Amino acid sequence: MMLVDGLRGALNQSALEPAGPQAATVAHLWWFAFIVASAVYLATMGALWWAARRARRREERGEVLDEALAEPRMTRGVTWATAATIVILLVFLVTDLSVGRTLSPVPSKRPLTIEVTGHQWWWEVAYADTSPHGRFTTANEIHVPTGRPVLFVLNSQDVIHSIWVPNLAGKKDLIPGYTQSWWFQADTAGLYRGQCAEFCGLQHAKMAFQVVAESPDRFARWVSLQQQPAMSSTDSTASRGREVFLTGPCAMCHSIEGTSAGSHAGPDLTHLASRRTIAAGTLPNTRGALAGWIVDPQRIKPGANMPPNQLEPKDLDALLTYLQSLK
Amino acid sequence: MRTTPTAPRPAVRRLAFGIGTIALLATLAACNREQRRFRESPPSTSPSAVRVSALQPGTVQDTAHAPGPYDDVAYHVSEGQRLFGWYNCAGCHANGGGGMGPPLMDEKWIYGSAPEQIFNTIVQGRPNGMPSFAGKIPTPQVWELVAYVRSLSAQNSTGARSARSDHMMMYPGSGSLQDATTPVKSFHPPAAEMP
Repeated sequence: MMLVDGLRGALNQSALEPAGPQAATVAHLWWFAFIVASAVYLATMGALWWAARRARRREERGEVLDEALAEPRMTRGVTWATAATIVILLVFLVTDLSVGRTLSPVPSKRPLTIEVTGHQWWWEVAYADTSPHGRFTTANEIHVPTGRPVLFVLNSQDVIHSIWVPNLAGKKDLIPGYTQSWWFQADTAGLYRGQCAEFCGLQHAKMAFQVVAESPDRFARWVSLQQQPAMSSTDSTASRGREVFLTGPCAMCHSIEGTSAGSHAGPDLTHLASRRTIAAGTLPNTRGALAGWIVDPQRIKPGANMPPNQLEPKDLDALLTYLQSLK
Repeated sequence: MRTTPTAPRPAVRRLAFGIGTIALLATLAACNREQRRFRESPPSTSPSAVRVSALQPGTVQDTAHAPGPYDDVAYHVSEGQRLFGWYNCAGCHANGGGGMGPPLMDEKWIYGSAPEQIFNTIVQGRPNGMPSFAGKIPTPQVWELVAYVRSLSAQNSTGARSARSDHMMMYPGSGSLQDATTPVKSFHPPAAEMP
């Protein structure tokens, strides 16, 4: 309950509500640019109003403008405006460069390394570990501990994607065949929405993910759960569902650790039931949504690589029970 | 000598109109290649008793074939190319060149190269190695694979074929499959056609 309360209102996607040092620097830059630009706008409008008013006054008084006096005045005004523009642009340039310099180096503290691979249209998330059995893969949900820098190794499987979690850090492109690195640190626990920020095809808009920032203890517990192979349920319906999964089309693309399903074309489903959303943040992870997604994904995300699956109602029911047992 | 400017006009206009109409029709005809059909369920074919090789006793029986549902749609052909890799067809057929499995770059196949024959080969499996994918690959995806496999030997329309394949080509030096034509003779000595 406390967690739910803590997370409520935090499920947002705003660069102006930073939850870490990276995003805070970006937010400061935004506010700085906003304030300077507003001041310039107000000054320009004020000068325009003042000039118009003075000209009207002069006309009312019947004064005639002295050409000899007007010329040097004009030169002076233009010089001042040009100088101010150059100074402001220089200030922007220096600030921008200094923000870039502050944010680019990965902090020297030993960071957590996560490999993120972009796919059309979902995110593969692999947690690197020194031992092979400690490594695990999940999808569309990135758990990070608070107060520790997280280093991301970014790749793409097909086209250029871009990862963006406004509350935590700026964007970084995922380029096929070229490894990029990216990092952020979350200081406030919460649920932050991320989104692909580079148009990548039909379902670009439905290529979202969630970052779950939680206390180091909670994170460690989550990791130890994710490192386990899939639970083998003794329930007869779930066993039947497992059989449907392994003999049907599901196993052609998805993998479940601890079973013979090992294809990596689609998202890893070993702990599917522990995730909050399905189809890359498109639907909540409920039984109904899962059923709709399995039977007719092309209605929800036209063009997605998941094909429609015609299953017998009994088989679908068993499959759903099995998938929901994958905690 | 001056020619009157009005004299050639009707002819020129008629010519321009004709060219315009032809261009428009050509454009309309090309529309089909990009039509993406996400939510349809094309029929699966029933097992046919077609004998296309002389491996079995009796004469060759091969009648007219209906085109595959996706043969001329570039999008579905490229989807078939993706699935060809995903489902590890390349593991045996090596991007069409053949390895453990027979090559797919010519159109003379043991079990037939017509759309429904390829469909049945994928779904039913074939002796000596080809597994059955019945219940494993959904029907629309099987048809996409059929369309791609047929494009390897240039059996579908030119407009639907991939122009950017990095894989093996029909003829050495042909820049892409787009340039490949149906082979007039087999590259392999006759003995190589028997597995």
